[in-house]
This record gives sequence, structure tokens and C-alpha cells, in this order.
Amino acid sequence: MEILIPIVITLVGAATPILLAALGELVVEKAGVLNLGVEGMMLVGAIAGFAAQFYTGNPYFALLIGACAGAATSLIFGFLTLSLSANQTATGLALTIFGTGFSALAGAPFSARPIELMRPLFPAELATHPVWRVVFGYSAPVYFSFFMVFAIWYFLKKTRGGLILRAVGENDLSAHSIGYSVKGVRYAAVVFGGAMAGIAGACFPLLLTPQWAERMTAGRGWIAVALVVFASWKPFRLLAGAYLFGLVMTMELYAKAGGGPLSVIPSELWAALPYLATIIVLVLISIRRDASTNAPACLGKPFLPSN
Amino acid sequence: MPHRLELIGITKRFPGVLANDNVSFSVRPGEIHALLGENGAGKSTLVKMIYGIMQPDSGEIRWDGQPVQIANPKAARKLGIGMVFQHFSLFEALTVLENIALGMDSKIPSRELESRIRDVMSTYGLLLDPHRTVATLSVGERQRIEIVRALLLDPKLLIMDEPTSVLTPQEVEQLFEVLRKLAAQGCSILYISHKLHEIKALCDTATILRGGKLVDTCDPKAETSRSMAEKMIGAGLKDIVRAPGRSLGQPKLVISRLSTTKTGHFEVPVDNVSFTVRTGEIFGIAGVAGNGQNALLDALSGEIRSDDKDAITIDGYPLGLLDTTGRRKRGLCAVPEERNGHAAVADFSLSDNSILTARDRLGMVMLGLINSGAAKTYTGKVIADFAVKALGPASTAGSLSGGNLQKYIMGREILQKPSVLVVSQPTWGVDAGAAAAIHQALVDLASAGSAIVVISQDLDELRALCDTMAVINMGRLSPARPVGEVSVEEIGLLMGGVHGSTEAHDAVPA
Repeated sequence: MEILIPIVITLVGAATPILLAALGELVVEKAGVLNLGVEGMMLVGAIAGFAAQFYTGNPYFALLIGACAGAATSLIFGFLTLSLSANQTATGLALTIFGTGFSALAGAPFSARPIELMRPLFPAELATHPVWRVVFGYSAPVYFSFFMVFAIWYFLKKTRGGLILRAVGENDLSAHSIGYSVKGVRYAAVVFGGAMAGIAGACFPLLLTPQWAERMTAGRGWIAVALVVFASWKPFRLLAGAYLFGLVMTMELYAKAGGGPLSVIPSELWAALPYLATIIVLVLISIRRDASTNAPACLGKPFLPSN
Repeated sequence: MPHRLELIGITKRFPGVLANDNVSFSVRPGEIHALLGENGAGKSTLVKMIYGIMQPDSGEIRWDGQPVQIANPKAARKLGIGMVFQHFSLFEALTVLENIALGMDSKIPSRELESRIRDVMSTYGLLLDPHRTVATLSVGERQRIEIVRALLLDPKLLIMDEPTSVLTPQEVEQLFEVLRKLAAQGCSILYISHKLHEIKALCDTATILRGGKLVDTCDPKAETSRSMAEKMIGAGLKDIVRAPGRSLGQPKLVISRLSTTKTGHFEVPVDNVSFTVRTGEIFGIAGVAGNGQNALLDALSGEIRSDDKDAITIDGYPLGLLDTTGRRKRGLCAVPEERNGHAAVADFSLSDNSILTARDRLGMVMLGLINSGAAKTYTGKVIADFAVKALGPASTAGSLSGGNLQKYIMGREILQKPSVLVVSQPTWGVDAGAAAAIHQALVDLASAGSAIVVISQDLDELRALCDTMAVINMGRLSPARPVGEVSVEEIGLLMGGVHGSTEAHDAVPA
């Protein structure tokens, strides 16, 4: 029991950024846009959040700046793919390369200069007992990610706005002919996805390692993209998937530290597991391509109205 | 009583064309008014102006006697004008209810909307489950969604754009019942079609357009189909000329137990299909869209290969394992339904498009090098022989109108003199003049000794063209019958899924 508590806490830390970024990407993809630049937007969010925390020491402000930076980066993608109808896959990849380079450049002056980690949301008295620590011991982004799972599910399933968003992702030409602004909806979705990726990126310096390191998101953005497919575009499945992947990553850390039975499997294999799982899931999904996979029909296709 | 809708001197000009030239007509309350004309006659433009999608350059629209400006579809719906489009704007993955909610201008709580939908459905006998996903519905059911959507607004004028082109004869009859009921309650209906027998059966008045001008307004019940058709095309109608004393020869194309596996999301596979087409025979395959026609065409053309070499044979030679190129070499050519992107590459020149399907049969490629002169000569011949309106072999396929592109594609295959030609929807969206030319070319090819398979949803076309007919339903083919021996009702039942008496229990309730 006592051993489990730190595992759970590490797990939550590993899963939260993936979940946040994946939730954003889920909304983007439901609107029919495939943004593969999540990793890049996360890195821009990470350096922006780090810098804001470094200068102000206000982690909430840092998260906000991270969100804004992610959203601004996503606007580059939005302008190229939505206004200029550029290829989404290529633009997304370029965005990741851009974000990686930009964050490394902007982050160079900050290397080896620590910041303060974000404090838990609830007062420490609530979390004195180890079991309560599992419930109340986290900082705000963790609770925010849970809230967003529910909020996005509710938005997509129960609101008119969500219906319009799904309609745009399902059949852009029909949505256009009924009179909805396909570009407007997609821009909004892309910017939302960028903001969520930015927050997810800012979680790395604020929650996990209070230092700037190049490429500190370490491919989590790619896992988030894969997770959306893995979860068949369903928010609650996304929650389960993010925690499953988080668990595997936590196992890797413990295996590396030589933690008893876990080290039977080499830590390199643990490290590879999420990526292996992603590949397997993608293969499985492409084998059984039917309606139940729930993929938006216009995913990745540029919107080209005839008139 | 004032007219419900009155058009006075409506003119609409596009760059290079006069789409509507001084058109005037009027619709009374409760009248079913047909708008008749070939493709490009200006029907769609006229209707788009009534529904507010476009604005007239000059002329006046009066609604209940008052001049009105209809700025956009929303304004049209506010006046009480509803429209059911030919191509549905539906979302396959969403439910019926969600689809209807998306089309409503005002926000209505989904529970209230559902009860209103149920009211409309029971009043007009339009049966549908609001919680079904659209992808699982037939085309006729999908059209009902569009009609319900329009009826929820209590329209005083309902515009129907070619509503029956995708329905079975029974579904057409049901639709007519709904429309008559609506008209009896005072709703005017503007019914766009080029199917003359339907207009005779349904409409009170017909306005005929040709080349953007109003030709005549007449009582369709007092006219014959032929007289209306001649007004529509402005010339005497050419009948298909068949060579006298024609007899069908030996079996040429033999299909035995051909099946495909399910591929796309909602694609229906071919299930154990067998038939024989003889030399000189035109074999028609009727059926409602989405019943396996696409899979059948792909399986015949070679896009989907069979596991069994004997599933497809020509003159006894097995083709089952060959791909499209291999089958073309053996004399089997195919024309798929989708003109742009499947039968032709829109951005390629006609000459390059000819190379794509005719290279082997006509030696356009030598040692891997393209003989562009041969391709150009051949394309020029296709353009000349089939009266394709194109600047020349160098024009891109995408620059041609639908009818002209179809004539080019048909010509490209027919002039290769294939021993078997498989075509899907040969005259879909093609005007009557071009359709007659395509039909004549098919008949001539058959007379010259080819076996032809025509897959079409247009029963009139199949009955005029074919010697033998079968119906495809859910991927299965009914037994073939000589065209003269089957009635429209029988075909309709087969299209709806009733396969003789043995399988009547799994009939889809129409």
C-alpha cells in the first residue's frame, strides 16, 4: 500500500499532460482537421510557461501564457491549412519541427536555471494522510484535465455547438450548404487544440521537472495524437488510455531505478511499450475500418467549397 | 386569390451564358407545378433564385401578390419556402434527429423537436426512427429526412429537385402520395424533373424551359410524353435504331459465382453473382443505388480481383485473376459511374486520359515510351465521332461539362472495340441529346458483336436499351429475364428486395 502511493502520484504526473494534449487534439480531429503538430505546440507552450514562471513566479499565469503560446502556434497551422488549404499532414509535421527548434532557441538562456514547481491545489492539511494525498495532493492542471474530459464529452454529445462541430468534421460540404461556417468552426477547434497542447507543454516544467531542457516533452505529443485514435475519438476512453500509457511510463521509471520485480523486463523495453502499443493499435484500427471506429469522415481533408 | 408565387421577367446572366432569359410563370396555392427541361436549361438557376441562393439580375418575384426580395435561404424559409435538394446534405455518422436539428434555423430543445418530428411523420406517413444513424438508411429513407426537415417549417411552397432519380417505383408512388396530401392542404409544390411519365401522373401544370427561355406552360395530362420531350429538346426525338434481323449469338461473357468481400464503411459487396451475356446482347442490371453496383463494377473491371480464375470468362478464357490492365488486353473494358476521379483524371488532358485506358489495346506505349502522336490522333477521333464539345485533345477532362465528358469516356472505350464493355450509369446527369447518342453507340457496338453490361438506376433507360435484365439488391442478382417479359412492378419489387416467393420474408418494408 505504502509503495503504491508514490507510484500513483508519478502515474498521475505522467498521464496529465498526455491527457490534456490529447483532449485538445480530439476536438480538432472531430472538426475534421488532423494537426500532427501537437509535439511542437507543446514545446512552445513548455518554454513559454517556463519563462513566465521564471519571471513572475505565478504558475497560473504561466499556464495561461503556455496556453496562449500554444494557441498562437496553432494559428500558424490554421492559417496554412484552413485559409491556404495546405496539406495538413505536411504542415503538422513542419509545425513540430518548428516548435522543436523555436523552443530550443528561446530556451537557451534558461538552461540550468531552476524554477519553482507548482504547489498542490488543496491545503496541505487535507493531504497529510497518504491515502488523502492520492486524492488531494495534486496541482490544478490535474483536476482541470479531469474536468475537461467531462466538459468535452458534454460539449460534443449534448450541445448544439458540439453537434455543429461534429457535423463539420463529418461532412464539410453539407455543413457549408446548410449555412455553417466550416472555416470558422475549424479555426476555433484548432486554436482550442493549440491552447490545450500549450497547457500540456507548460505542465512539464511546472509539474514534473522544474528546469528547462530541450525537447523536454520527449515525444508525448505523438503519444497524444496516437491516443486519440486509440480512444476512437471518445473522451472517456481517452482518459483510460492516457492513464494506461502513464502507467507504462511509470513502470519504466521504476524499472530503471531497479525496483524489484519490474526490472525483470529491461527499462528500454518499458520505454518502448507505449510506442509499440500505439503502433499495434493503429494497425488494428486500419484493419477493421468500419463505422464503429468513429473516425470523423472528413479527417485531414482540406475544405474546398465549389462556390 | 393571389398567386402563391409569381415570377415576372426573371433574367440571370453568368459570364458567357444567359441562364434565365425573361422567364415568367406563376404557381397557385395547392398546385403541383412541374419545371421541366434538360440539363443546362436553367431550372436549377431559377430555383436557386426562388430559394434565395442567387439573386436575379432583373425581373420580379411576387409572393402572395407582394413583390419580395429573397436575400438568402433563411429569408426564403421565413416566407414559407422549403426545398428538398437532389443531392442530400446529410451527415452519415449522425442520427436522423441530429441531422434535422442541424438544419433548423431556430434552436429547439431536442425533446420538443423529436415530438414535432413524430407529428409530421405520422401526419404524412413518413416512417423513420429519429434515433437511427443516417448511414444505415436507404436512399429513400434519407430523402424522407430532407422532406421532414422541410415540412417542419410548415412550408407554403415546397421545391423538389429531381426527387425520384434515386427511388424505386414503389418509393416514388409513396412520395407522390405525400406530395398529393400536401397539395390538398394548400401547399404549392414546384416539382423539377425530366421524367415525363411522372409529371403526367403527378402535376397539374408544367412549365418547360429550354436554353434559359420559357418554351411553354401546358397541362401535362393533355400532352403526350413525346410532345413534351420534343418541346424540351426543341427538335424531333431520335429513336434508337436497331439493325434489322438481329439475333443473339454464343455466350461471350460468363460470370459464375462472383463474390467480393466488404471493403469500405458502408459499401455493399457482391454476393455469389452469376450471369451470361451473349454476343450482341445488352444486359441490364437495375437496382437502387448502394446495393452493390460499385462492387460489381469493380469486380468486373478488375479493380477487385477474384480468387477464382473461372469466376469471369470471355469466350471461355478465364479472367478472374487478372487486373484491369490484363482484362483490358483480353478485351474487357469498363466505365465506372464516377466520371471525374475514377473514369477520368480531371487535371489531365483528354489525350493523356486516353493513354490511361487505351495504351495497350491501341499501342500507345512502346518500350515504356509514350507515343503521344497516336494518343492525340485517337483522342481527336473520339471527339469527332462522339461530337464531344471540347477545344481539342489538349483540353483537360475537368474543363468539359458532365455530358461531354461522359461522351468522351464512352467514346474512348467504344472505339477500342472491346469484346465486352461494362458501363455504370452511362447517361447519369447527361442531357437527352447526348443520352440518345450514347445509347445509339452502345446499340451499334452490340450489333458489331460485343457483349455489353449496363448497370443503371434508370429503368426507362434499361427498358429502352437492353435485351435482358436482372436486378441487384443487397449484392445479390435476381435471375435474368428478357426485357419484354418483365413489368415495371416486378422490377420494382425486386429492387425493394423481394426475390420471388421464397425470400419474401426478408423483404424490406417499403
